[in-house]
Amino acid sequence: MASITIRVGPDDFDLGAEYAALVAGEADSGAVVAFVGRVRDLSLDRHVAVLELEHYPGMTEKALAKIADSAAARWPLTAVTVVHRVGPLHPADQIVLVLTASAHRHAAYDANAYIMDYLKTEAPFWKRESDGQTAHWVDARDSDSEAIQRWHPDDTP
Amino acid sequence: MNTIQLLYFARLRDAFGCAGEAVSLPGGSRVADLVALLVARGGAFADELGGTRVFRVAVNQEMAHAADAIPAGAEVAIFPPVTGG
Repeated sequence: MASITIRVGPDDFDLGAEYAALVAGEADSGAVVAFVGRVRDLSLDRHVAVLELEHYPGMTEKALAKIADSAAARWPLTAVTVVHRVGPLHPADQIVLVLTASAHRHAAYDANAYIMDYLKTEAPFWKRESDGQTAHWVDARDSDSEAIQRWHPDDTP
Repeated sequence: MNTIQLLYFARLRDAFGCAGEAVSLPGGSRVADLVALLVARGGAFADELGGTRVFRVAVNQEMAHAADAIPAGAEVAIFPPVTGG
């Protein structure tokens, strides 16, 4: 059974601390993969001053847990950590952390990409960008919906 | 009648001018029936839910489809496609 940690909130995260917590007291995880998503200062050539992240409290945590469970059912994972921030963020701020641990690297790499692909299409978060003058809701990208096709044509977690 | 709690998020909350509301539905209503009832109000509801714009519906915090039944007292959320990560 993989040990799964899900956290959604306004607080920043520390990659080193999350990694240390993930591997503390166990020696089964021969491979740990970390993905960190950050706020860029350009989005579709528009300057971004503030990125506001909204979520659906309750459902968001459930959706993330479901995605992590689905990854753990598909690959032999020892541990998963998903941290996603909400609220106002600024360029260079961290948004999301996904850690996947397994005995071997291929499972850790693939499960990490799988979790991010599904997070982007299934977890209820919405981005609102502002350049400091005007704000707009970010539209979903077709490329994100297409990204999950590689895992299975009809696969949903 | 079945009273449900509706929640709107992101662009839809802005378009509808509220974060949610209680709505009464005939017993046995499905997601498609709820959407039709909202579209019949016209205005932003018809624009957002009655045309070609894409939206998602969750019933009791699980993604739902048009043919899914809405249980009594359900929490039903309507929102745009998600953009996290």
